[in-house]
Amino acid sequence: MSRHQLTESGQLKHFLTIEGLKRDLLTDIMDRAEQFSSISGRQVKKVPLLRGKTIMNLFFENSTRTRTTFELAAKRLSADVMNLNINTSATSKGESLLDTLHNLQAMHTDMFVVRHNQSGAAEFIAQHVAPHVSVINAGDGCHAHPTQAMLDMFTIRRHKGHFPDLRVAIVGDILHSRVARSQIQALSTLGVGEIRVIGPKTLLPADSQTLGVHVYHNMAAGLKDVDVIITLRLQFERMQGALIPSAQEYFANYGLTEDKLKFAKPDAIVMHPGPINRGVEIASAVADGPQSVILEQVTHGIAVRMAVMSMTLGSHSEQQEVNA
Amino acid sequence: MTTPIEQIDIEQTLKAMAHDIRISLSGKQPLLIGIHSGGVWIAKALAEILDSDFFDATLGTLNIAYYRDDFTRIGMHPQVMPSDLPFAVDDRQLLLVDDVLHSGRTVRAALNEIFDYGRPAAVTLAVLIERDGRELPIQADIVGQTIELNQNQQIKLTNYSTLQLELKDNGSAT
Repeated sequence: MSRHQLTESGQLKHFLTIEGLKRDLLTDIMDRAEQFSSISGRQVKKVPLLRGKTIMNLFFENSTRTRTTFELAAKRLSADVMNLNINTSATSKGESLLDTLHNLQAMHTDMFVVRHNQSGAAEFIAQHVAPHVSVINAGDGCHAHPTQAMLDMFTIRRHKGHFPDLRVAIVGDILHSRVARSQIQALSTLGVGEIRVIGPKTLLPADSQTLGVHVYHNMAAGLKDVDVIITLRLQFERMQGALIPSAQEYFANYGLTEDKLKFAKPDAIVMHPGPINRGVEIASAVADGPQSVILEQVTHGIAVRMAVMSMTLGSHSEQQEVNA
Repeated sequence: MTTPIEQIDIEQTLKAMAHDIRISLSGKQPLLIGIHSGGVWIAKALAEILDSDFFDATLGTLNIAYYRDDFTRIGMHPQVMPSDLPFAVDDRQLLLVDDVLHSGRTVRAALNEIFDYGRPAAVTLAVLIERDGRELPIQADIVGQTIELNQNQQIKLTNYSTLQLELKDNGSAT
């Protein structure tokens, strides 16, 4: 839990983790995202809400979807946005993270969107920025990816509505997945009926049971009667040692195929945070099939990130009372 | 020319406004747009009084929250319904409706938003109440009532079962 992400009046100042946030706040993010999503259908896909604000996309780790949708979200809110690819910048010349940060802050930045391979990096940055600056976690190590979790919740809500009625299964590499951690926190905060995780023992955290989820090692049992299936990418780059025999064997046991999909409810939706490895965690026929909402997730990422950006920057306003 | 607020008959005022709208916009196939929340109520009431085919399409609604000029000072507004213009505004005559015209900032924001949907041929502004305190060069074309209030007074339209005007004394802050 982060003690830093809320203002004294309970508004979102930084968005670092789902942990510790109340259901009302998560619902507020989704409601605002709903409003922002209509902007994409207009002739001018832009509102002037964050005009004059400067946002730095600080990516210490590769990303296509997340960085692009954060950039588009900032642009649709009329903010100025800079993309910093840290691999090719001053950090690689030996500058420390804090020095880099202070230099960028000296350029009158209002927000940092941070992705880093170290857990806790966004939180660390949030502790060291000036009071008027907001920090959004775009993924830190194996810890959290809160905007991804919220766009997934938004997608589930659009298709399935009421969370308490739902049974959701998360399949695959839970151990290395910051997305799964944030999703589980969001799903339980929103009061989902049942959360299941499915995967080989080597890819599930030792403390899975304590997360408030039901653990399955078999797809037939785990997918039975679920409304939502979230497949995850095998994160080979974070694996230390051989955790699975081979990608082929993994696919045979845990890859989501048309046959395995039949265990779930007939109207179950299939999700994946991307990038997908076809033939490893999901079959092409399913990824491109009628139950897949994978590309919708990408679209929803823009509106959800617009909501989070405007809410965090709005928390710095001089007064919170509103004149009608 | 100012009417005390307790003497304002909203129903009669709306009828008079509808009469003025008929005279000025007849034959122009206007599109109707209300500003959330009060402007939408007034727009609906006007549409009911005028013939059902007077306006060319269903009512459009605007939520100007993202076009306000006080985000830095106030932050995000509480949520209201999103904007919804179910028609193309290009080259069309629009009738923009709000409940109270005060500083003119709401109308400024609404005009900016409308132009992000396209380029209308003309925009006519109708308000139930026009009060003093303009901060921008914006005037209404069709006015229900004109009133004068103290600076710290605010007039607000409510809609519990019927449309009603409420006068609030602000002091320094709401």
